[in-house]
Amino acid sequence: MNGSNHVSIESGPAVDVRDVSRHYGAVRAVDGVDLAIARGELFGLIGHNGAGKSTLFKMMLGLVRPTRGSVRVDGTEVGGSAFRAVRRRIGYLPENVVFYDNLSGYETLRFFARLKGTSEAGCAGLLDRVGLAHAARRRLREYSKGMRQRLGLAQALLGDPHLLFLDEPTTGLDPEGIRDFYAILLELKDGGATIVLTSHILAEIQQRVDRLAIMADGRVRAVGSVQALRAERDLPVRIGVDVAPGMLVDVRTALGILPVDVRETDHSRLEIAAPRALKLDVLTALTAAGAAIRDVDIREATLEDLFFGEGNP
Amino acid sequence: MTLELAPIATVAGKEFWDRIRSLWVLAIALLFTVFALAIAYFGGAQQGAVGFRSIGFTIASLVSLVIYLIPLIALLLGFDAIVGERERGSLDLLLSLPITRLELLLGKYLGLAAALAFSTLAGFGLVALVLARRLDLAGLGAFGGFMLSSILLGCAFLAIAVLVSVVASDRTRASGLAVATWFVFVLLFDLVLLGVLVVGGGKTGGAALPYLLLLNPADVFRVLNVHAIDDVGAQYGLTTVFPAELAHDGLLYATLIAWCIVPLAVAAWRFRR
Repeated sequence: MNGSNHVSIESGPAVDVRDVSRHYGAVRAVDGVDLAIARGELFGLIGHNGAGKSTLFKMMLGLVRPTRGSVRVDGTEVGGSAFRAVRRRIGYLPENVVFYDNLSGYETLRFFARLKGTSEAGCAGLLDRVGLAHAARRRLREYSKGMRQRLGLAQALLGDPHLLFLDEPTTGLDPEGIRDFYAILLELKDGGATIVLTSHILAEIQQRVDRLAIMADGRVRAVGSVQALRAERDLPVRIGVDVAPGMLVDVRTALGILPVDVRETDHSRLEIAAPRALKLDVLTALTAAGAAIRDVDIREATLEDLFFGEGNP
Repeated sequence: MTLELAPIATVAGKEFWDRIRSLWVLAIALLFTVFALAIAYFGGAQQGAVGFRSIGFTIASLVSLVIYLIPLIALLLGFDAIVGERERGSLDLLLSLPITRLELLLGKYLGLAAALAFSTLAGFGLVALVLARRLDLAGLGAFGGFMLSSILLGCAFLAIAVLVSVVASDRTRASGLAVATWFVFVLLFDLVLLGVLVVGGGKTGGAALPYLLLLNPADVFRVLNVHAIDDVGAQYGLTTVFPAELAHDGLLYATLIAWCIVPLAVAAWRFRR
């Protein structure tokens, strides 16, 4: 990370969205959104298709003008003449980007480096960083989807950006590619970069983002860290219990009067949904059931629980 | 908003070299050369004469070729300039970079125009070299004017193609619109004017006709190249009704240049919305 790029960072949030709406006729793609993304934060934007996250993403990049409200990135109003300088410090990876098949990986990076006004000298190093050094001279028509996605990331990293917008960035990557990708993101974050990403692979995001925003119907329904959102929503802990044959009644009796939801999924398994505060009480009761219990698994509320809960109130 | 040259040059350079590398420029240049030489030597075969006759006759014959070919080539070259990027998903990426929509549009146009101009110059330039020893200075000048106006004709239709690429929602519609544009300007326009003239017995709209011809870059090109050639002007239908006071090279060149600028300006306005 080039330190000189960070000297000009102003105080205040990296991205400041205030009362932003975007209407297409009667359709409110984004409706009254307020959002502040702190500098150095790894921020996730999640939502169903049509939730408004792509439109919000594009407004942050100045690709779509808000019908109402304002978006400031790096302290500068998006879309104004001063925003050109900010664009040089932004990296963007669109979803499903298709580059030019007639160019090689190196030529593609060189073209985007010139457009970004940054040195072409770093192109070879970036290809190496994303694991494409061996394919630098090959035409993109010979690249796999995963290789194109890696090239897209290399393109986004041109000019050592301190603000990265990544739309579904791991699409097409194999597990090794996903691991490498997040390793690079963590390096960038350690260097002070702000990263905003969207993903449908919620389990992948929840372990990595500092905070996230859940969008539905054009509105931000919740913002915060995964832990904070779990606590705020008080989503139940789910406990699966494998029970010895004929002992279901004994286990139910052991759970007694605890205010938990117990369901039999088959003749030898119970699914318990318990408030977080009662997690230990449930485990104590199951321990008391002794030999009736064969196995227990505990699942905390996942991002899917938050996500689909918010999307389907 | 300030206009920066570096991003325009980058986009233009890519468009130009893409056409060089794909051999598009070479193919078009060869096409022009072969057709032009064939016309120059065999254009008078119907009258029983084979071989080079005169530069006036050669230019007049080439006008018939160019008027069909160059508009079509220009429209096919530029119809997906913007809509192609949009459909590919790379338009958002380009516009997220420090380049304005106007700069992107200009870069695309200039790069494609350079490729078209280069192939036109190369194709007809080779013909000029072959014919050079048979031409005097005036003949070379006339052929130079023909090449310049051919390039401007291509640039005018390329500007229309870029406008089509901005307006169309997808490549399929853009290609259809491009072909329809060619059909209207190259085939239909003159037929409609002739029809009006014939139905009205030469009295309806006769005075306005020369001005209406200026609304078609193909007709402007035709008049520009044919009006000064006495022995062939009568073969070119509507151009014979073109009054001498309008048939000034300066005015006709300015009209062709306006045809390059106006569609591009409309495209830029539409692209900004």
